[in-house]
Amino acid sequence: MTALNITKAINAGLRRSMESDAKVLVMGEDVGKLGGVFRVTDGLQKDFGEDRVIDTPLAESGIIGTAVGLALRGYRPVCEIQFDGFVFPGYDQIVNQVAKMHFRSGGRLRLPIVIRIPYGGSIGAVEHHSESPEATFAHIPGLKVVTCSNPLDAYWMIQQAIQLDDPVVFFEPKRRYYEKAEVDVDGEPDLPLESARVALPGTDATVAAYGPMVKTCLDAAAAASDDGRSLEVIDLRSLSPLDLRAVYDSVRRTGRLVVVHEAHRTLGVGAEVAARVTEECFYSLEAPVQRVTGYDTPYPPARVEEEYLPDLDRVLDAVDRTFAY
Amino acid sequence: MTVETAAEATPPEPELVQLLTPEGERVPHEHYDSLIADVTGDDIRAMYRDLVLGRRVDGEAVALQRQGELGLWASLLGQEAAQVGSARALRAQDHVFPTYREHAVALCRGVDPVKLLALFRGVDQGSWDPDETRFHLYTIVIGAQTLHATGYAMGVQRDGAIGTGDPDRDTAVIAYFGDGATSQGDVNEAFIWASVVNAPVVFFCQNNQWAISEPLERQTRVPLYRRAAGFGFPGVRVDGNDVLACLAVSREALQRARDGEGPTLVEAFTYRMGAHTTTDDPTRYRLNAELEHWKLKDPIERVKAHMVRSDLADQAFFDSVEQDAEELAVNLRAACRALPDPAPTSIFDHVYVEPTPDLVAQREAMTTYLDSFAEEVAR
Repeated sequence: MTALNITKAINAGLRRSMESDAKVLVMGEDVGKLGGVFRVTDGLQKDFGEDRVIDTPLAESGIIGTAVGLALRGYRPVCEIQFDGFVFPGYDQIVNQVAKMHFRSGGRLRLPIVIRIPYGGSIGAVEHHSESPEATFAHIPGLKVVTCSNPLDAYWMIQQAIQLDDPVVFFEPKRRYYEKAEVDVDGEPDLPLESARVALPGTDATVAAYGPMVKTCLDAAAAASDDGRSLEVIDLRSLSPLDLRAVYDSVRRTGRLVVVHEAHRTLGVGAEVAARVTEECFYSLEAPVQRVTGYDTPYPPARVEEEYLPDLDRVLDAVDRTFAY
Repeated sequence: MTVETAAEATPPEPELVQLLTPEGERVPHEHYDSLIADVTGDDIRAMYRDLVLGRRVDGEAVALQRQGELGLWASLLGQEAAQVGSARALRAQDHVFPTYREHAVALCRGVDPVKLLALFRGVDQGSWDPDETRFHLYTIVIGAQTLHATGYAMGVQRDGAIGTGDPDRDTAVIAYFGDGATSQGDVNEAFIWASVVNAPVVFFCQNNQWAISEPLERQTRVPLYRRAAGFGFPGVRVDGNDVLACLAVSREALQRARDGEGPTLVEAFTYRMGAHTTTDDPTRYRLNAELEHWKLKDPIERVKAHMVRSDLADQAFFDSVEQDAEELAVNLRAACRALPDPAPTSIFDHVYVEPTPDLVAQREAMTTYLDSFAEEVAR
């Protein structure tokens, strides 16, 4: 076992992928000598060379567009987008080209591209550095969208994403980057990439979250248990495809569901989860599905971001509401 | 301030590379003559055939659209020489990243033209095999493919497939795009990328003077080929209606790429003689006189005049090419009309490499729903 934080875990996962497959490339702004602004790619260029760890010009559409060409030539590019808000100049290439190539070629062309995006807030940043745009990608057929919440998942999920022949948008919870856990780097992943995970078993209400909000929900569950209430916390991990089997199973036992994410509420992942749970578990529900999310405002200035973001108390408040019916 | 029309804005520039005049006279060129010194009468006859077949496929497709057999067609009329000249400069291992108008390039690469029509008929979105033809899928979003070409060229670099001196190994990539595309960020990013990594890519711009209704003046204040200098690689303007000049200029640019000397911008100065697509009406925005002016520079007539002038072909040859074109058109028409519509549930194929549980469920739901009508009919 090795103690790793999420940046080091992804770094180790990238390293292992590059060692096992010479076609794996890392490309992005400042990923080489600097090792990325979050140091996720630290040391990779030194060990794998400038041809495999590419400091690109500062243009996100170019990063994604050239990755398409490299993938068509047989490479497996892992693109780093420096911050969530900066992905949008590359959004056209992702949505119109990356997502559709396999479909439009009748399955002839595969684009095994991973697009890594550090996302989410609570880091006191300026504008465009704290966004949660995952739903705008999960809405697009042809893309897979996953997000890790802890070092163990980060280590395995990045490797699984690189091995996949479909394009993957890989969201990394930047506020949790430096939280450590023990990782067995020589073992095997215990879950497929596209599956949710029960992060904490419980009996009274279900809380579904992903990425940075999983820890918030686990903290909420600890607080709730002090009050004698047992919350089951589910880490969704894969947003497209959305694996809700564990959620359905849990809701059939608890009858109550709270969905938590930093992203805006309207048409967010929580809305999709609520709709599907209503379809699948209608007769098990004791209360409407509750959503705890960022508000439908632009991401606010840093000094008020903690009021914008879901926290332990807002999660527990929503849990209370599910018991009020 | 007055805005010139495209015709007024195009004085003969000394930089324009031309080897065949509009009258079909072969004019010597100090630099480019050597690049086509090996071109034989057979080669010229073959290119003439390419030009005629390309125009005939295009004309047939326009007719099929008018008859409701195609949803849309983007005509290449007037741009045949730019396409054939550049395509015939390619080697087997070179790769092409086209827009949606490169029908003559596709023919030269061995793509079955019915597959081009299938896309515009709406039965698929590109069914040819890019690995086999080295001709990648049509790209509709303007300029996006220039980045794909550049990335592909970066892969070629990493594979060590440039600068070895092996004529069967060294590989160039060519990206086609139009004058309108040069305003896109993607094209400018492709120029930057290709320049800083010295990618083996040729940017082949068919400047056909019009981006739907917008003349060149809406896109640029400088001749397009001069933009290359700002990015740090050579740019050249060639008479895009001169198949020999296009061949010569493309050969040089492609060989530079294969030799590891980096990108080149070729501006093929040509004219879109037809509408932007079959839904467009150019009489709303350009003068007929301009079209008449360009008709005098027709890319096919000048080769024919040159061949007659140089005793490279007789009437029997021209007749046989016409006959081949007619045969191709008849077969194409029949093959197009025989294309079956895709099965409704085929939309679920290939969204991902393996179908997701959600898509399996949606496909089943669609099947059940459609089957319910069949049962009704049966009753």
